Amino acid sequence: MIEIGLGHYLSLGAIIFFLGVIGIFLNRKNVIVILMSIELILLAVNINLISFSIFSGDIVGQIFTMLILTVAAAEAAIGLAIIVVYYRNRGSIRVEDIHGMKG
Amino acid sequence: MIIHSIFFYFFSIIAIFSSLMVITSRSTINSVFFLILDFISVGCLFIMVGAEFLGMILLIVYVGAVAVLFLFVVMMLNVAEQKQSWFIGKKSTHIPTGLIVSVLILLELLVVVGGWKYKEDLMSSSTLVLSNVSNTHQLGLVMYTDYILYFQLAGIVLLLAMIGAILLTFRERVGVKKQSYINQISRNPTTAVELKDVKSYQGVKIDD
Repeated sequence: MIEIGLGHYLSLGAIIFFLGVIGIFLNRKNVIVILMSIELILLAVNINLISFSIFSGDIVGQIFTMLILTVAAAEAAIGLAIIVVYYRNRGSIRVEDIHGMKG
Repeated sequence: MIIHSIFFYFFSIIAIFSSLMVITSRSTINSVFFLILDFISVGCLFIMVGAEFLGMILLIVYVGAVAVLFLFVVMMLNVAEQKQSWFIGKKSTHIPTGLIVSVLILLELLVVVGGWKYKEDLMSSSTLVLSNVSNTHQLGLVMYTDYILYFQLAGIVLLLAMIGAILLTFRERVGVKKQSYINQISRNPTTAVELKDVKSYQGVKIDD
């Protein structure tokens, strides 16, 4: 409990991942919160990669973390642009109002 | 070592609490603020565990750019009137399924963490962490040699994201006076100057 090992970091990553997934599933508000939940999930993945990289002494995990950071930044930019365009066309970004594809 | 555990629990409790607040807070702007707090505390965890460069990247790029991008979009769109708590409104049938799936994901991940054991000969990779150079130096040594292709691909991904965001949000405005360079530089004295023969006591009508 006192000695911090790999399991502690993996548990932290698992909890943050779980919170991100539950934020996607149970969201009743707008789509921006869904994008923030995706950011949380990617952050949890980064925690896992960095803790494995540190505790197993291999630097490659941190390089993949950097690539994930790049992709996450690109995804946030594109997603927010799509949200802006959708709001401009429809005037609402509530999750309940987005049912054009009857999904 | 006790300091290490104290700081780990401090930052991780803040991270878990703030990520809980991201998905539960009533207004979107509060969610963005808690997302910033989450990034900062996880960045401090990264710095603490020894990945200083990525922790700093998380603090600078994420808090400085991505979270501020979220803030901009929340301020641009009118989401203030859409604040609404959970489970209110039309009753939704996917909430129990979503809860069950999420809890199962958490339990599976925790089971994997609890049963984790190191392989015996784990330290046989070719890119081991060198102990006499700094973290940033190690990253540079590996990233610019073995992983240069991925590095370039990351740059292309960023370029495409920039082009895509500009293309998506671009719109042609009508009724706006714009400067036309080609018209400006293609003027010559014959088209630019018009000579009028002004009669006495009648003046001339310009700008018709």
